[in-house]
Amino acid sequence: MASLIRLTGDWDLAEDCVQDAVEKALQRWPLEGVPRSPGGWLTTVARNRALDVLRRRQNERAKLQQLALLQDEEQPSVSDDRLRLIFTCCHPAIALENRVALTLKTVAGLSTAEIARGLLVSESTLSQRLLRTKAKIANAGIPYRVPPPELLAERTGGVLAVLYLIFNEGYGQLDDYLATEAERLARVLVELMPDEDEALSLLALITLQLARRATRFDAGGDLVPIEEQDRRRWDATLIEAGRRYLRRAAASGRPPGPYRLQAQIAACHATAPDAAATPWPAIVTLYDALLAAHASPVVALNRAVAVGFRDGFAAGLAELDRLAAPALAGYYLLPAARADFLRRLGRSDEARSAYAEAARLVPPGSAEQRLLERRRAELSG
Amino acid sequence: MKYMMFVIADPAAAAEAEPNANDWTIDQWLADVEGRGKRVTGDQLRPTSDATTVRVSRGEVVVSDGPFTESKEWICGFDILECDDLDEAIAIAARHPQANGGKLELRPFWTDES
Repeated sequence: MASLIRLTGDWDLAEDCVQDAVEKALQRWPLEGVPRSPGGWLTTVARNRALDVLRRRQNERAKLQQLALLQDEEQPSVSDDRLRLIFTCCHPAIALENRVALTLKTVAGLSTAEIARGLLVSESTLSQRLLRTKAKIANAGIPYRVPPPELLAERTGGVLAVLYLIFNEGYGQLDDYLATEAERLARVLVELMPDEDEALSLLALITLQLARRATRFDAGGDLVPIEEQDRRRWDATLIEAGRRYLRRAAASGRPPGPYRLQAQIAACHATAPDAAATPWPAIVTLYDALLAAHASPVVALNRAVAVGFRDGFAAGLAELDRLAAPALAGYYLLPAARADFLRRLGRSDEARSAYAEAARLVPPGSAEQRLLERRRAELSG
Repeated sequence: MKYMMFVIADPAAAAEAEPNANDWTIDQWLADVEGRGKRVTGDQLRPTSDATTVRVSRGEVVVSDGPFTESKEWICGFDILECDDLDEAIAIAARHPQANGGKLELRPFWTDES
């Protein structure tokens, strides 16, 4: 797919030709047997079809010559094309939600239906968005390439952000297939960019969080907070793998980027034998580092929570109250965190109000809302 | 590829902007883009207090004082760029003095193929 996009510069044509080749394969291989190099067969058939189509297009004569020449040349590596594809799908000129959709469609190869289901939109809405996005790429002149050295750092950050967003979309749902898809994509990125320690760190972060997937939801589909999760059901193999990726990332010798710091925080949780053993001082220190280099209101909030567990819940509450409220307006985790500390301090009335406030900020009927309502109800009577 | 670059003034953003020692002046920016042949043409525009909006409604020409939009942001200039791709246009826009404290919009032109 990626090499056809490179050769033809036409995403729709590339998609059609690949589909066409696959259909031909499904018809011919049962009768004729599977060829020795199925990938090569598909590529050749798809490319020949592309040639046919382009031949019919008057104003594509120049591209035709290029294709014919390249047929006899050494094929550039498939991994170069996949990397080009990933960076193009994640270009900053594309709206974030569309970077997610296009990456899932063309890099991960999910169907429109699977993507729509995971992103909680209708299939027709998603199809429209994909069409619009491909049009934007062509019309606005978004180049199909791995960014040059002076842009690579910032664009790589953009790719990592898209992959982590895909992970979070999936992780928040009972059917978390997008989360496992994100893990697969993160792994591909690590293979394609072996020197990029932040890609390794993202893989570590995702792996460490996936280790907890069996315990995130209870049998009723309700959220289980981390301190209530049965740690014996955390996947020890994944935790070990995550820690390995993290060690490799740290071995780069480069100062830690945001994903390494977040992965280190995840490792702190993952390696604590029980909630009480969580190394909160280390976690606060990591959040301090994260805040210093990559400040965001959400990071500040998470740090305040960690301070509460390190220094006591009254201190945590004070820390939360110091946060710049406007930046977090509408974000349910602020009142939810306050509610939690108020609850632990025995200030039940205030806790109930804060839980109610938080519940108003989440989608009705969502797992988050059920948890907040449960906590509020526990405080009554 | 040809791009229209709208140069946009944003009074709210301008108030909060911090000047950067590395920011180019408009003359430096012009020298760069013209020196490299990336700028077809362009100019500054008078403010919206000098603007006139025209439309025709039911056969009648309706003329009004002011810009077509109520927005506080306003188009203070334009440049037509000739670039290899969007990344090149983005890099050029980012070095324009208005990038710090204002904004630039890059709009591709219709081409024969599209």
